[in-house]
Amino acid sequence: MAHRSNTSAANRIWRTIANHVATGLAVVSTILVVAPLVAIFVYLIYKGASSLNFAFFTQAPKPVGEAGGGMANSILGSAILLAVGSAIGVPIGIAGGIFLAEFGRGGRLANTIRFTADVLNGVPSIVMGIAVYSLIVLPQKHFSALSGGVALGIMMIPTITRTTEEMLLMVPHAIREAALGLGVPNWRSVLAITLKTASPGIITGCMLAFARVAGETAPLLFTAFGNQFWSANLNEPIAALPLQIFIYAISPYDEWHRLAWAGALVLIALIVVAVSLVRYVASRGILKGAN
Amino acid sequence: MGVGIQVTDLNAWYGANHALLGINMNIPANHVTALIGPSGCGKSTFVRCLNRMHETNATARVSGEVRIGDVDIYAEASPVEIRRRVGMVFQRPNPFPTMSIYDNVASGLRLNGFRNKGVLDEVVERSLQSSALWDEVKDDLHKKSGASLSGGQQQRLCIARALAVDPEVLLMDEPASALDPVSTAKIEDLIFQLKSQYTIVIVTHNMQQAARVAETTGFFLMGKLVEFDSTHKIFTNPTDKRTEDYITGRFG
Ligand SMILES: Nc1ncnc2c1ncn2[C@@H]1O[C@H](COP(=O)(O)OP(=O)(O)OP(=O)(O)O)[C@@H](O)[C@H]1O
Ligand SMILES: [Mg+2]
Repeated sequence: MAHRSNTSAANRIWRTIANHVATGLAVVSTILVVAPLVAIFVYLIYKGASSLNFAFFTQAPKPVGEAGGGMANSILGSAILLAVGSAIGVPIGIAGGIFLAEFGRGGRLANTIRFTADVLNGVPSIVMGIAVYSLIVLPQKHFSALSGGVALGIMMIPTITRTTEEMLLMVPHAIREAALGLGVPNWRSVLAITLKTASPGIITGCMLAFARVAGETAPLLFTAFGNQFWSANLNEPIAALPLQIFIYAISPYDEWHRLAWAGALVLIALIVVAVSLVRYVASRGILKGAN
Repeated sequence: MGVGIQVTDLNAWYGANHALLGINMNIPANHVTALIGPSGCGKSTFVRCLNRMHETNATARVSGEVRIGDVDIYAEASPVEIRRRVGMVFQRPNPFPTMSIYDNVASGLRLNGFRNKGVLDEVVERSLQSSALWDEVKDDLHKKSGASLSGGQQQRLCIARALAVDPEVLLMDEPASALDPVSTAKIEDLIFQLKSQYTIVIVTHNMQQAARVAETTGFFLMGKLVEFDSTHKIFTNPTDKRTEDYITGRFG
């Protein structure tokens, strides 16, 4: 008896220690993950916040030497490019994921699509820019917002397809059976039940893809090209935040460097706002669907 | 109103595994029929052949004839039509997690294109009444998700969901095996009430349960139907030695 209670006392101490160690490790790794993010944000605010003013959000850039000006046309341009990109990437990406998970499972076509998506995911973004350049810009003989949006859209597809597939496969078999057992046709059960059940994860995947391409510069260099002036025309070159940041950052002027920092701060802030907004709306929408 | 089910020479396979061998069974309308037998003997496979759920398995195959009412379900109807007439309740409660209680019950009708709000309200209330859940959830119909209920409540929600499409037959595959005794008793009461309107086939591992709820009982063993008779006869004076061994607990 004495022996047994001894072991259990030792066990208890050992468990307590192990517990603290595990908690400590979890805290340390959390800090390691969050620290760079916080550091980047703080540094951007430190470098860029002072250049943010009303003009920054309302005006296009001024020529070198003239004071003032802003990046409003780039913000609009990025919004348009991302809207075009999402309009292409989200539906095609989700449709691809649905096909992989629900209809093509294990088939030759599905394997080909899955492989293509993985390869596409690994293609450097500059190559994507060149590809779209030769597919759209060269035949049209001019740079355009449309071609930039297409480049971003194509880059979104593989991430969205693979997350959609994974999220759909995670929906329990029992849920699919419940729908089929009610006499619901398979396609309808996939769209109304499986997809809906998986939608929080799919939305996360879309936001991930969105945030990734929002900061892309390389694929826009030969497509959207950039524009110092206001434009909302899909057939003309268009400004974009990453492009403008790039131009400012490699310039020799201190004033422009400061603007580049401010642009980077605004870019990250806008991505955070856009992602939070979509999440908020989506969570409300899904709950509302439950009503 | 329930309809009878006639099964003639039914065979089912999973790939090369011959899971059901030449089953013949005459399931009476508006009665409760219990299916018992040791694990893996084919009870679930059998009930899944009665609403063509078996064929949703990629490797599955079926031969033979199943008549529900006067329809030969494999020759004369689509799986979708059959599953609307033959409701199913599964072993583990499986409410749609993203849907409210109301939407869960209404789902079968809605997903088949039915939209009339007034009628839906009525059907949802009637189904929840029939599944003895109404009083517990009537104030939270839209507020709570189906997944937020207790296990026993979830199972009664799944029964309500199955009843809402107005089937003639209700298949229940161990509907109470994941539930506590109180919830089990509720489900059994429910089965008792429902049999006036539906033909019920229930798979159970619980012999007392079979004896309590069913008029007719079938004993399966290794893919064969060994004995099919009135529950009283099966439990007091079985014809087959293997049935007797099983119900007296000598194997299985
Ligand atoms: N999805 C499946 N894929 C392949 N084989 C299966 C599948 N489901 C069941 N089987 C096989 O079919 C046979 C009958 O299984 P079934 O599930 O019908 O038994 P059961 O009587 O319902 O058992 P239990 O009481 O454990 O639920 C078993 O040999 C089993 O291995
Ligand atoms: Mg079973």
